[in-house]
Amino acid sequence: MQLARVIGDVVATRKDENLAGVTLLVLQPIDVHGKPVGRTLVAVDAAGAGVGEVVFFVRGKEASFPFYPTEVPADAGIVGIVDHWDIG
Amino acid sequence: MQIARVVGTVVSTQKHRKFEGAKLLLVQPVSLDDQPRGPVLLAVDSVGAGVHEKVLVVIEGRAAGEALGQKAAPVDAAIVGIIDSVDVTE
Repeated sequence: MQLARVIGDVVATRKDENLAGVTLLVLQPIDVHGKPVGRTLVAVDAAGAGVGEVVFFVRGKEASFPFYPTEVPADAGIVGIVDHWDIG
Repeated sequence: MQIARVVGTVVSTQKHRKFEGAKLLLVQPVSLDDQPRGPVLLAVDSVGAGVHEKVLVVIEGRAAGEALGQKAAPVDAAIVGIIDSVDVTE
């Protein structure tokens, strides 16, 4: 899993039926200092996140597990909203 | 998922049986400011996308197979949505 900041949202009316009702958010992965690292991506949201929040997300098929038994076609999913983090 | 623009179509007659009836499109992943990013990919289309449209592409095997409605399909990328708008606020 990785930290990211939610920087936007995606609207798609015509989409896979198993994506109906699923929120799609634009993520910018960040490092432990909050600096952007790597490419932005679009993720499904299983945590009720919003723009501006720091979240953690999972990559891969596991992104669809929170929506089981619906087989959501996703390769990245937000699974938690970060309240704060510390580095030692 | 990645944002991409459909740049072409692919026709294939002889192919794995799991691809029967599948539409294959060439997609160019793009950045949030619509600049090409990385190589053009082939993706199966399950939502009826067309050339020039901006789409949402899933790049993961099993998820792409689901979009195709097939178990164990030998695919690694699928178009799962047509993007109306992307709103980036930061």
